[in-house]
Amino acid sequence: MTIMTILNILIQGVLLGGLYVLYGTGLSLIFGVMRLVNLAHGDFIILSAYLSLLLMGFGVHPLLSVLVVAPVMFAIGWPLQRYILNSTLGRGIMPPLLITFGLSVILQNALQLGFSADSQGLDAGALETATINLPGDLSIGVMPLITFIVSILVLVGLQLFFERTKLGRAFRATSDDPQAAEMMGINSRNIYAVAMGISLAIVAVAGILLGVRTNFTPTIGPARLLLAFETVIIGGLGSLWGTLAGGIILGLAQTIGAQIDPTFFQLAGHLVTLLVLVFRPTGLFAVTRDR
Amino acid sequence: MSAQSTPQTQNIPVVNSLNREYRLIAVGVVALLAVIAVPQFGQTGLQRQLSDLFVFIAIATLWNLLAGYAGMVSVGQQAWVGLGSYATVVIADDLGAPIFVAVFLAGLVTALISIPTAWLVFRLRAGYFAIGTWVVAEVFRLLVSSQTEWLGGGAGRSLASIRDFVRGTSPQTFTLTTYYVAAGIAALSIIVVYTLMRSRVGLGLMATRDSESGAISLGINTYRQKLIAYIIAAALTGVAGGIIAVMTINVRPDAAFSVNWTAFMIFITVIGGIGTIEGPIIGAVIFYLIRDQLSNFGEWSLIVLGSVAVVMMLVAPQGVWGLIRQRTQLEIFPIRRLMPMRLLVARQPSSGEAS
Repeated sequence: MTIMTILNILIQGVLLGGLYVLYGTGLSLIFGVMRLVNLAHGDFIILSAYLSLLLMGFGVHPLLSVLVVAPVMFAIGWPLQRYILNSTLGRGIMPPLLITFGLSVILQNALQLGFSADSQGLDAGALETATINLPGDLSIGVMPLITFIVSILVLVGLQLFFERTKLGRAFRATSDDPQAAEMMGINSRNIYAVAMGISLAIVAVAGILLGVRTNFTPTIGPARLLLAFETVIIGGLGSLWGTLAGGIILGLAQTIGAQIDPTFFQLAGHLVTLLVLVFRPTGLFAVTRDR
Repeated sequence: MSAQSTPQTQNIPVVNSLNREYRLIAVGVVALLAVIAVPQFGQTGLQRQLSDLFVFIAIATLWNLLAGYAGMVSVGQQAWVGLGSYATVVIADDLGAPIFVAVFLAGLVTALISIPTAWLVFRLRAGYFAIGTWVVAEVFRLLVSSQTEWLGGGAGRSLASIRDFVRGTSPQTFTLTTYYVAAGIAALSIIVVYTLMRSRVGLGLMATRDSESGAISLGINTYRQKLIAYIIAAALTGVAGGIIAVMTINVRPDAAFSVNWTAFMIFITVIGGIGTIEGPIIGAVIFYLIRDQLSNFGEWSLIVLGSVAVVMMLVAPQGVWGLIRQRTQLEIFPIRRLMPMRLLVARQPSSGEAS
């Protein structure tokens, strides 16, 4: 194995991590704001891919479909939190977990009814196979590169949102202490709803990029949930840039694992996560305390 | 209850346990007679259906022990179903143990594996504990799938010992034995959880569930209590996985480690009533009937079951049994405790104590 092959593998792994960053960011956001874990997270990723597929039927390019799919997913997330999950606030961690788990099963089966169990893909045309050739036999896929750049842009956008906007400040206040934030006039129930909306809008981006990258079926959502979770666990709870590191480490682990043995792809990612749990249970860059 | 004066540190007894247990004994005797009566009249088809129901009662009862009593929402219980199934195949086919003995030995295997697993997943809290258990189940599925030579890889293995059992006896005896063993596993699960919840460990578990920091401040070793519940659930779910292997004959990693097992446990428990022993039993019957009615409607069956569970969680989180108990004050498994009167009386004069 030459240096260049190794370098190529590393680049692939890092870029794959970009997709996992997008999976993890939405999960991390709602955990950070309201300590809620959405077990249907992965199925919403797949739902987004199918929404984009529907639009493709009308001739909309998958990458442009985000302009419709992201607002639609926000419009699903906001009422989901405001009218369903908020009603269980104060009843402990169990109701939201079980409700989102039920939602996951419902979504998978509904997608199977609507789109059959056949595997589908989003067609992004020439972009899909385009590569940038660098000197010394290095080549970078354009789509993986776009995915990685988008993931960085989402993180930068969230960072600016938290630091520079009034709403972002309200998010941080609610995350730190919801009661105190309420006393300062923040409507935490509304904050939670907006947070879920944003989470699902990011999920929309992730779902579309997943659909362009690989084929999907209605039942692969839970596996995405696990990847999102692993990204967050490796990176550390509540840290945006930790999520970036988590995604990259996970992407690298899988790509390197697949080099050892193709069937080792998934297992390698899981094992790295478990290793982090053993040696650094709070993740590499934890910020949020688990209340 | 006797009015003897005992130190306050003593375990608070379950109220009126004696006279309430008569009701439980009556229900138990009726259930036992019914289980014995069915094979006298019913066809083997009915025995098979009831065996399915018994398995559902067992695995839901054990999930309820974790989530309802210990506050640990696991989405990875399919790990123990799968490992129990495979352990049964290995113990019966490779090691030559009698098939129905292998089913119970499988529980020993899953109990052993659950100890290091607990060490790992107990580092996670609440929602992340849920996904963490799921990751572990995935790891077990992938590890089992990768054993192509030994465990048949993705295609799995069939439980060959069944053929020998049927040859030595008869297909009817096999179905009947499976039926009795499945009933026994359901009964064992209920009895173990009931006994546990009446013990000090059960009291500690409920305290931990309601407030972990509060429980710790009272000197409860919350880690130990949770570990005990986790290992018991893993062991008996493994035994249930063993009888599932016997019932399905073919053991494939995708089916044996399917998250649907946990989905069933959750739906059953939520519909029946989480945090009660009666709940999973009633929930399993309701779940079984709904599933049976919708079996020809494919995906709709799980959509309806999932929706029922979600709506229950929103409007009646106490479940069907909770609703019944509210109206009738009925309680078949007495595990609730009330403060003994003498302690309440002793407490009142002490001033300055916030109540």
